[in-house]
Amino acid sequence: MSQQVTLTIDGKQVTVPAGWTVVDAARVANVHIPVFCYHPKLEPVGMCRMCLVEVGLPERDRATGEIVRNEDGSPKIRFFPKLQTACTTYVQEGMVIRTTTEQVARARKDILEFLLTSHPLDCPICDKGGECPLQNLTMAYGPGTSRFPYEYKLHLEKRVPLGDLIILDRERCIICGRCVRFQAEIAEDPVLSLDGRGRATYIITTSDPPFDSYWSGNTTDICPVGALTTTDFRFDARPWEMHQAASLCNLCPVGCNIMFDIRREPELGGRFAVQRVMPRQNEYVNEIWICDKGRFAAYHFAQYGERLTQPLVRENGKLRPASWREALERVAQAFREAGSGLVTLASGRLSNEDLFNLARLTDHLGGRKVLDTFLAGGEWTDKVGLGRESDLAALGEGDAILVMASDLEEEAPIFWLRVKEAAQRGATLVVANPRPTKIERHAKHVLRYVYGEEGKVWEALLAGASEAAQALARAENLVIFYGQEGLDLATSDAVARAAARLLLTTGHAGKPNSGLVAVWPRNNDQGAWDMGFRPVADLADTLRQVKALYVVAADPAGDDPHLAAALEGADFLVVQDLFLTETAQRADVVLPAQAYIERGGTYTNALRRVQRFFPAVPPPEGPQPDFAIVAALARLLDLNLEGRSTAKGFEALAAQVPAYQGLTYKDLARVEEQFPLVSREVLDYTGTAYPNGQGLGVVLPNAVERGETVAPPEAPEFPVRAFQGLLAVPITRLYDRGTLVAWSDTLAPRLPEEAWVWVAPETARDLGLQDDATARLEIGDLAYTVRVRVNPAVPGGVVLVPRSVGVVLFTPVAVHLKAVVPAS
Amino acid sequence: MFKELGALVKGLSVTFKSMFEPKVTFQYPEQKRPVKPRYRGRHVLRRYENGLERCIGCSLCAAACPADAIFVEAAENTDEERYSPGERYAAVYEINYLRCIFCGYCEDACPTQAIVLTDQYELSFTDRWDAIYTKERLLEPVPPGARPTPQKTEPGKFVNPIPEMPDFPEWKP
Ligand code: SF4
Ligand code: SF4
Ligand code: SF4
Ligand code: SF4
Ligand code: FES
Repeated sequence: MSQQVTLTIDGKQVTVPAGWTVVDAARVANVHIPVFCYHPKLEPVGMCRMCLVEVGLPERDRATGEIVRNEDGSPKIRFFPKLQTACTTYVQEGMVIRTTTEQVARARKDILEFLLTSHPLDCPICDKGGECPLQNLTMAYGPGTSRFPYEYKLHLEKRVPLGDLIILDRERCIICGRCVRFQAEIAEDPVLSLDGRGRATYIITTSDPPFDSYWSGNTTDICPVGALTTTDFRFDARPWEMHQAASLCNLCPVGCNIMFDIRREPELGGRFAVQRVMPRQNEYVNEIWICDKGRFAAYHFAQYGERLTQPLVRENGKLRPASWREALERVAQAFREAGSGLVTLASGRLSNEDLFNLARLTDHLGGRKVLDTFLAGGEWTDKVGLGRESDLAALGEGDAILVMASDLEEEAPIFWLRVKEAAQRGATLVVANPRPTKIERHAKHVLRYVYGEEGKVWEALLAGASEAAQALARAENLVIFYGQEGLDLATSDAVARAAARLLLTTGHAGKPNSGLVAVWPRNNDQGAWDMGFRPVADLADTLRQVKALYVVAADPAGDDPHLAAALEGADFLVVQDLFLTETAQRADVVLPAQAYIERGGTYTNALRRVQRFFPAVPPPEGPQPDFAIVAALARLLDLNLEGRSTAKGFEALAAQVPAYQGLTYKDLARVEEQFPLVSREVLDYTGTAYPNGQGLGVVLPNAVERGETVAPPEAPEFPVRAFQGLLAVPITRLYDRGTLVAWSDTLAPRLPEEAWVWVAPETARDLGLQDDATARLEIGDLAYTVRVRVNPAVPGGVVLVPRSVGVVLFTPVAVHLKAVVPAS
Repeated sequence: MFKELGALVKGLSVTFKSMFEPKVTFQYPEQKRPVKPRYRGRHVLRRYENGLERCIGCSLCAAACPADAIFVEAAENTDEERYSPGERYAAVYEINYLRCIFCGYCEDACPTQAIVLTDQYELSFTDRWDAIYTKERLLEPVPPGARPTPQKTEPGKFVNPIPEMPDFPEWKP
């Protein structure tokens, strides 16, 4: 426990850790000190002077250093002659703060009047109006009338696009610098800056493309005025018109806690619709931030995508609408005939309740449960994953983090943030990747290797000789993140085993704040593993042999033409999805499912925190929730599954899956006071992020904590992968053209338009390619036209191919890349 | 018996007297009764003299409405297609007259005096949907000589969404 300091604020005694600012201490004491430039997550700068207070300290005798006492024995307090900024004053023992005096009230009024001389006060048309710190503080502390008519105010440009997502209103900006500091300190993309001086100070963006950051939306939350607005929400609705539904982002394995703001939408025929995504505080997961992908794409696919509305069955070679009864009976018939020839292919996009029902149904028929992924190791994250009380915020001095084969910011942006923060607090960061990534800026040790030689890295780490290996072994707590960059299924399995071995042999397994984290490609891959779904080495081969194939929330045919061909081998194909995917077009029966914003459930994130999401908007007529469809189907096959409530479904799951033993929705709903205190009443302090009143979720106990004996696995044999010639490696980029994000109009300008690849300058030279050239990429029997981008950060002899951007590539393979000679 | 007769005469005398009193009923709809100056009837959305809409789509009327009768959806003006001064205008503006209680709070809340209640009281519908007045039905006609909205306007001219308030104190630097 760090040192505690007791001070008095407006007569209230409060004890807080040393090093806190007076503003933070006052917030905890429930005394409001208004702020504009200060934000508890940012370094204080004292720019706006809104937080002026009277500060007094116990007087000390100059000669003896003793505290001077009044006659009644209380310490004599000497107040500073002038007001002090509470945000740059740190708490001290015996300090006395006064915020209610005439002098303070006067100062606040003057500061506000001063700010308003160059603020348009166009609240009626301002998107922040109704949740605006400037508005609220003016009402609470400001002058009642203005001595400054509109014409004499500063008039500046009202619409300055800072990039494709954020629009700046220069007139409204009060130059608090929060956005600039957020980008520099938290996002570490210092792409905004203050330009000019005095009254002619403006916010500008210095990057090309402008405001080039995955975090830009957060600046609109912390901007204390309506100067920054998002293109997604601009002029869409007023804050007081919307109601809220707590949810989770489902676009990456972080599982950010979000809030959907909902109102009727004329564009959608007056239906209730999500208007915007806001972060919801969970200091264990996303703090008060979310990335731009979550903010600008988390609901669009459900709301604006071309959804399936009714079951379809194939008749005379064509899909025709059918009733649920007819469709389900056909499926049941086929499944009964298939028996153990059934394969259920599900993806980690489904909720735990859906996956549990699917697993039960598949087991009932003796079928096989297949997970649609190329990253293995889920049983090891279950065995030696982060322990029950884990909190990434607790990692610091003396702890170590290893990040292997993952470009964290691109794959799970919030993990990048949390790991970076741990490193800033003093944790030793070791990064192992064949190419530099953004997280490397904070690495103590960088282990560079060649794609395919992951085994050598692990050999060295397990031998414990290198400095990095010793740092990991010695660490108080050790967290290992591994992703799938450059790996195939077998290698990722070996990586997970090696990591588990390291954790177990160095005594880290089973400790809270230590463990293995897989940076899964999907949001609930961990849940899918826990429910018993497993990836298969050769999916095409598996698909070719099935009697009946049940594809849920996956699109093998759309992902890969080889799988599309393999699907021909399946006797009977059932697809359960939101959209008429490539696979659905080939199906015998298509079952329309509800989107996650229309129903409730739970997801297990990569930290193995089980979190609940709630129904946000009424479902369209027709589609049903996945777990209910499965339950209805099961009933026809003489199996009783929970199909009415997710809470009951979760109870059934908790009774059977060891890690979830005894958990209920009530446990997931537990909340606690988290610092900084977020409230919709005190918007100036943390911004417009929502507090968490719905539940922080629960971290599952790992197998060691459950009392199971977990023996360290043998040091794994890494598959020999000697690549010949040019190697193509799929990499994950945050913005791809995946099914879920492609429906977002907001994000569209940021999504890649064409297939492209990265190559190193020397590789480009060898291949006779220029930067920006068009080339032909041949992968096996498939060929693509791609744009070549030369990037010195790419290892030689390698083509980096972004996933889901037009090229079908899931694991590294040897390829050919040839210049396309333009037809002249 | 005389007693009963007396009662009859008494009653008839009231009838007889009232025949010479001034009439209070009107032959509606041929004859219309004048309304009081502050009568509150159906709304109109007003325009400026140049034809631009006063409404800036701020939804304050909807917020003030105790009957939840108003729905506003805003959109963004450009100088190419301008509906109202400033950046914001009402793309959708609806009042549901099955809900409205003619309290006039919306008029009070409006920062631009765009929505006003008139003396129009002839509201009858044969269909529930007809009771929802859309922006087209609520907007007053374009003043003579002015252009309809959207207008193409001179850049930088209509930046202030809120008009000068006449009671604003005179102040010169
Ligand atoms: S845009 Fe907002 S956050 Fe940035 S300096 Fe201006 S007022 Fe502050
Ligand atoms: S970090 Fe992941 S979970 Fe969080 S908002 Fe972004 S995509 Fe969604
Ligand atoms: S008159 Fe009253 S009830 Fe009618 S729309 Fe206006 S505020 Fe609502
Ligand atoms: S009528 Fe007035 S209050 Fe209502 S949206 Fe328009 S400007 Fe705002
Ligand atoms: S100076 Fe303290 S909050 Fe701005």
